[in-house]
Amino acid sequence: MSEARDQILDGVRRALKRQAGDDVRKASVDGRISQHRRNLVPKRALLDHGAQIGLFVDMAEKAAATTARVAHYADIPDAVIDYLKRFNLPHKIKLAPDPALTGLSWTARPLLKIETGIAAPGDSASVTPAFAGIAETGTLMLLSGPTAPTTLNFLPENHIVVLTESRVVGPFEDAWDRARTAQRDGAWPRTVNFITGPSRSADIEQQLQMGAHGPRRLHIILVAEDGDGQGKG
Amino acid sequence: MRVGLFVTCLVDLFRPTIGFAAVKLLEEAGCEVEVPSAQTCCGQPAYNSGDKGDAKDIARSVIETFEPFDFVVAPSGSCAGMIKTHYIELFADEPRWAQRSHDLARRTYELVSFLVDVCGLDAVDARYPGSVTYHDSCSGLRELHVKSQPRRLLASVRDLTLTELPGAEICCGFGGTFCIKYPEISTRMVADKVKDIQATGAGTLLAGDLGCLLNMAGRLRREGCDVKARHVAEVLAGMSDAPAIGDPTVSKLTS
Amino acid sequence: MQATSRNFKKNVHAAINDATLQRAMTKLGFQAARAAAVSRLPEFDKLRDQARDIKNHVLENLDLYLERYEAEMTRRGGQLHWCRTADEARAAVLEICRRLDAKIVTKGKSMVGEEIGINEFLEANGIAPVETDLGEYIIQLRHEPPSHIIAPAVHLTKDQVADAFLENHRQYGKTRRLEEAADLLAEAREILREKFIAADVGITGANFLIAETGSSVIVTNEGNGDLTQNLTKAHIVLATPEKLVPTLEDATTILRLLARSATGQEMSVYTTFSTGPRRGEDLDGPGEYHVILVDNGRTALLGTEFQDILRCIRCAACINHCPVYNTIGGHAYGWVYPGPIGSVLTPALIGIDEAGDLPNASTLCGRCESVCPMRIPLPKMLRHWREKEFEKGLAPKPFRTGLKLWAWFAKRPRLYHFGSRMAMKLLGILGRGRGSFRHLPLARGWTGGRDMPAPEGPTFQSLWAAERKSGRT
Repeated sequence: MSEARDQILDGVRRALKRQAGDDVRKASVDGRISQHRRNLVPKRALLDHGAQIGLFVDMAEKAAATTARVAHYADIPDAVIDYLKRFNLPHKIKLAPDPALTGLSWTARPLLKIETGIAAPGDSASVTPAFAGIAETGTLMLLSGPTAPTTLNFLPENHIVVLTESRVVGPFEDAWDRARTAQRDGAWPRTVNFITGPSRSADIEQQLQMGAHGPRRLHIILVAEDGDGQGKG
Repeated sequence: MRVGLFVTCLVDLFRPTIGFAAVKLLEEAGCEVEVPSAQTCCGQPAYNSGDKGDAKDIARSVIETFEPFDFVVAPSGSCAGMIKTHYIELFADEPRWAQRSHDLARRTYELVSFLVDVCGLDAVDARYPGSVTYHDSCSGLRELHVKSQPRRLLASVRDLTLTELPGAEICCGFGGTFCIKYPEISTRMVADKVKDIQATGAGTLLAGDLGCLLNMAGRLRREGCDVKARHVAEVLAGMSDAPAIGDPTVSKLTS
Repeated sequence: MQATSRNFKKNVHAAINDATLQRAMTKLGFQAARAAAVSRLPEFDKLRDQARDIKNHVLENLDLYLERYEAEMTRRGGQLHWCRTADEARAAVLEICRRLDAKIVTKGKSMVGEEIGINEFLEANGIAPVETDLGEYIIQLRHEPPSHIIAPAVHLTKDQVADAFLENHRQYGKTRRLEEAADLLAEAREILREKFIAADVGITGANFLIAETGSSVIVTNEGNGDLTQNLTKAHIVLATPEKLVPTLEDATTILRLLARSATGQEMSVYTTFSTGPRRGEDLDGPGEYHVILVDNGRTALLGTEFQDILRCIRCAACINHCPVYNTIGGHAYGWVYPGPIGSVLTPALIGIDEAGDLPNASTLCGRCESVCPMRIPLPKMLRHWREKEFEKGLAPKPFRTGLKLWAWFAKRPRLYHFGSRMAMKLLGILGRGRGSFRHLPLARGWTGGRDMPAPEGPTFQSLWAAERKSGRT
């Protein structure tokens, strides 16, 4: 293996007429990485925050997600029930083990069955938090972690995402900055998912259809209150 | 302005009418036109076949022949493109010839874009009753950005209506040696092009490159379609009384 | 994957006469979709320039970026396997699968997986690979290769899909032939869900590798790549060195071009950045994360006139806009990559002797370059291949002779004008009654499919000379 490594790297250096151990070049490459400068950022999402939220909703809906807006975290359980009723879905959800969600008064709605944890086959709907919402394309950013198992984003038939309005940003670059700040010692989560609408495929005669393998439906509940206890990240 | 007309091998051999139309348009635009007899071809067939040696030999003689002129104008996007964009690539490893190519390239133009962009022409004095459609030849379009100029001048031709060709920017399948090497593909491409042409209902097909026109006219004739094919210069110069491309040049009655 | 590029002309003949294929090809809407997406992003062209510059910078410093990527990915728990050849890559994958006693392996779409023939290899070693991208799944059932790099089953009609499902899904108790696309999708979803859950190892490709974080990136619309990598003991990534970009910002810039160029979407539904295996406190995710870094001929292109092809992000815009591809479909090209990218890359990876037709089967119309998000000069590289073939004497003899003869005349204007005058005069006389020739000896390629318009007769040069002689100013 390391013979292959050496051969590949030597071959690259030979082809580029470069020397190994060129500290100047290495410093410039390391510098470029550590500065992680932004390239051209499209103007589209460089708006005031209120307009960004509007753009986020607009773009997400264009990508066939549905959205709902609530004022407080306490409104979320009812918003979830409304959604399940709207699409005639079973009244059971798999909840991400996120304190901001598990701590809500689900028990006050006994007809809604709650389980917490990772996704299982047969899960009809999951409810997960989102790390950010990117207005530029109506995209959700979800980071994996002990309170956000990734399988909840993909296995269930329906995916309900709770997004605090303060977590809506304009361009992708703002989301990356927040994600970097949220990491400890440059740790990075196992998975960063960017999700734009529900799963789809056009592989059969170019006919677009929803629900290929991931969730058939994606519902985004935007919460005005900044009550997730995690701040702006 | 002294213009050296680069006739192009196809125009020289197949359809001199186009050459005379080009001369007329250039002279009416105030140019002094000469046609050096030392020219044969721009070298593109050799270049596109990977024969850089022959391509360079031919390119050198083109450069020498045409360097004395203020401008070099060709009634073909493909030939003008060869001189304007590819000679420099050909001589990338020969600095002196690269410089001379660069100098010549700056002064080389496709005919209609020269008339509009350099001579400032925005109308011609011509009449061509009927509907026409226009095919954008690939080299002219993509290498030389010839798009609006022919349409601009055609708009000034009396009694002419232009119906845009669906897929006007899609290759007709000529491609120089391509049509001989891959005739099945080429034939299908030109058949698709003819479908699009027929769908416009236009009576005349125009383009700025004779290679494309020979290809499309050949297919139109093969399908028994009576759309007339001409070079745009013929219409702009008011020289459209010559038989269209592929049409008999002699009446069967008089022989 | 076994190449049939040698049989290009036969492949073309079959493709053009394949009514089902031709019907399927009429359904493609990629061109309009891309145009619409581009019109919605005013910065699109500037982003193309920046994307080109990012990739050029990486290629110029590929050794350093590879080393940095390796450091970042291993410190976050990943394992990097450097493989020079397809053999080494296959062996590395097999070793992991064997160690984990894998019986079923789910796969996201990977073109380099096709290159190295990983499916056949796993099957030969008693492991069952299951393609999970719907298009790839369909062609796996039909035992055929993909015909397009992002829409692998684009050459098929709904009926063909229904037939494939009927034949292959009996084992799951499905006996009804389905008619509707929605029903076909639902059946595939149900069956593949079982596979996702049963799989021991998941293999995906990688659209990007990120030096800054040691991450790999996949882009899908179905979510199959995510189900593939999250439910198994190990996530194996098949990647090649030129997929590297320096930072997350650089990946973002290029991602702004990718989906728009490919399908006309603003973003694909799922863009996933994977970094290492599951963390100690994670509740799900793969226990192991391996990246198989396969060279398979790529770094050999560095420092050559083909280096620019390494900027390719596999969006398929060139393929979608190529008039030749749209006439013959993807299989005719005979290997993994069709269209313009295929015509440049295939000779580089499997040899110009094998793939000699591909760079020649192009009119050099330039539409590919005009839509390439990475500004790759595809026609230039096709011409480079033609130059290589010419140097090696690979072009068919009649063409080389014809070309030499024509060039000989073209360099001798007086002889040229004399000879052409004679020939055109004759052709002019022969053709003037009808105006064009139905048959012309030596030009059967032309007259097979179209008439040859007759020349006017006298050449321009002879007429011009006559006019000057007669005193015209």
